[in-house]
Amino acid sequence: MTQATVKIGKREITTDELFASGHRGCIGCGEMLAVRLTMKALGRDVVISNATGCIEIVSSPLPTTSWEVPWIHTLFENTAAVASGVESGLKVMMRKGRIPQKQIHSIAIAGDGATSDIGFQALSGALERGHDFVYICFDNEAYMNTGIQRSSSTPYGASTTTAPVGKKSIGQTTQKKNMPEIAVAHGIPYVATACASYPFDLMEKVKKAADVKGPAYVHVFSVCDTGWRIPTNQSVAVGRMAVQSGVFPLYEVENGKYKLNIDPTLKPVADYLKKQGRFRHLSDAEIQKIQERVTSEYAKLKEKVARSQAPSA
Amino acid sequence: MAKGKRVGMEGSIAIAEAVKLADTDVVAAYPITPQTHIVESLAEMVANGELDAEYIPVESEHSAMSACLGSSAVGARTFTATAGQGLELMHEALYIAASSRLPIVMAVANRALSAPLSVWGDHSDVMAVRETGWIQVFAENGQEAHDLTFWAFRVAEDPEVLFPVMVHVDGFNLSHVTEPLFLRDKADVDKFLPPNKYPTPLHPDKPVTMGAFGPPAIYTETKKAQDVAFMKSKKTILKGFKEFAKIFGPTYSPIETYQAEDADTLLITMGSLSETASVAIDTMRKAGKKVGQLKIRLWRPFPLDEFRKAVSNAKTLIVFDRALAFGGQVGPVCSEVKSALYGEANMPKVASFIGGLGGRDVTAKEFEYMITQGMKVAGKQTEYEMIGVRE
Repeated sequence: MTQATVKIGKREITTDELFASGHRGCIGCGEMLAVRLTMKALGRDVVISNATGCIEIVSSPLPTTSWEVPWIHTLFENTAAVASGVESGLKVMMRKGRIPQKQIHSIAIAGDGATSDIGFQALSGALERGHDFVYICFDNEAYMNTGIQRSSSTPYGASTTTAPVGKKSIGQTTQKKNMPEIAVAHGIPYVATACASYPFDLMEKVKKAADVKGPAYVHVFSVCDTGWRIPTNQSVAVGRMAVQSGVFPLYEVENGKYKLNIDPTLKPVADYLKKQGRFRHLSDAEIQKIQERVTSEYAKLKEKVARSQAPSA
Repeated sequence: MAKGKRVGMEGSIAIAEAVKLADTDVVAAYPITPQTHIVESLAEMVANGELDAEYIPVESEHSAMSACLGSSAVGARTFTATAGQGLELMHEALYIAASSRLPIVMAVANRALSAPLSVWGDHSDVMAVRETGWIQVFAENGQEAHDLTFWAFRVAEDPEVLFPVMVHVDGFNLSHVTEPLFLRDKADVDKFLPPNKYPTPLHPDKPVTMGAFGPPAIYTETKKAQDVAFMKSKKTILKGFKEFAKIFGPTYSPIETYQAEDADTLLITMGSLSETASVAIDTMRKAGKKVGQLKIRLWRPFPLDEFRKAVSNAKTLIVFDRALAFGGQVGPVCSEVKSALYGEANMPKVASFIGGLGGRDVTAKEFEYMITQGMKVAGKQTEYEMIGVRE
């Protein structure tokens, strides 16, 4: 089947919409945009295992569905395990001739809570076992569909309903868990970060992840206008600011080798933080602290990139 | 004449052999005593190429059941095994399997629950999952463990059923006991068990949405439909037993009775200790007592009609439980029995005994005591009596 495409600049993008409109995502949701782009990149030959979270809630209230591809939701914490079963089941049935041979990608998608908290164990297990599947984390930095509670992916200083700003608290007091690095530590062939504000970069990485043999992990920064307290028309802009300030660098790690996809002259983190209501209480001193951490983390990443490029002795 | 090759075999291995005979596609499992011999044998079979399956060595029982959800949803014949704490860790995923109508088969080597830690057998784990929507049968011996395992696939995968099935085998008392049994013939099993044809597998050629969420406007109806379908599965369960008898010889039934025809008193048991209990029945019969035995094989859906019929001439029922129901009056099987009888004409009197917890032996003598004592206290007893406890 030839697909209709539309040209955007030098690139072509399919007009196929495998994540149908009419879902119940919030106005301006960065995550839904990312899911839509992801599906364009993946195409139809997939089986999606989807964790509990925003995506599942907005896309599948019975008797409706936004999914034009085979899709299963089971629980909050077991997405990677379900995707392991999907991959193994398809593989053995093709081997035994029960179903025709065909490349079908097993894709797990989940939010940051389902990835870095409750589903962490199942994800680690599936990555370690080496299943040929793609795990995509859509990270909106809190438990958004239950009402903006903190997760281990919530950044330092953000105010959430379970890490609220108060007389004795500035909100989240711990640093965001570095999931991409944890994925890299599993020694899997492909890890990438992406953001819907850079749509072609995101789609290329998702495609690459699907084509890789073995486990691949893609961490997608997904701006949440509701939880981050920003105007609904600012999702794309705020995502871009996260990348441009170094808060969320776009990079990929292929077989342990790091590559920065965008390496801008970093803009002040304050510009990014001040756009968002969840950080509005932060003092200049706190903002400075965050700036220092972002600068140092970014430098560490660049070191890894440099080391990856250096010719081996 | 029973068919198959006569062998001496451990219960666990007999289950693994049945999984192999069923040409299972995916085994996802986490090791836990006393279930380990089952999945170790399967891993070995896969490693040696005797069974063409994917063996997924998951990192927990929760993931074992979750991987089974995935593989079953794409239409692969799927098996796992667990016990005790592992079954409890699977708990929420058990509901998903049943409510998503995924025909997974699982052997449970029944085990006590912590604390204190106990790897030994009782039915505490079973009772905690009895309302999860799984068809559940109890094997009494190695032969039943073997037969009921491939029988379970046939029932689970029948398009009229599509519910997962648990085959319960008492931990150690059955899982680790070597006994003579008939290892069924592959050609016979193939005659009995058709290939799995899951009607709506996840596949890009015909996309389906599975596990969509149910708002209040729809949840109640889905649950009602599930329960109606679950109760209806009994028809296929009975058909499965009938076909089994035709091909292999032995006739299994949801409720089995022993020396029960003219018995005034019936001892009700479930699982492997039923055989010890039968010894007590024999002894008491020899002494002229009109006692008999009723063994529950099909635990879920509870075979209400068969049960009521089987006890219709009895005056006294003595129910032996291998689990406690904290805060309740009697053991969980006894609750079930009482509930089945309430409102019946000529309602028998009931006595509740609990024993065999955490692997504690229950002797034939103790069963004799339960029957004698039960006849005295039935109808007057206000709570269960614990057997073999050191005061």
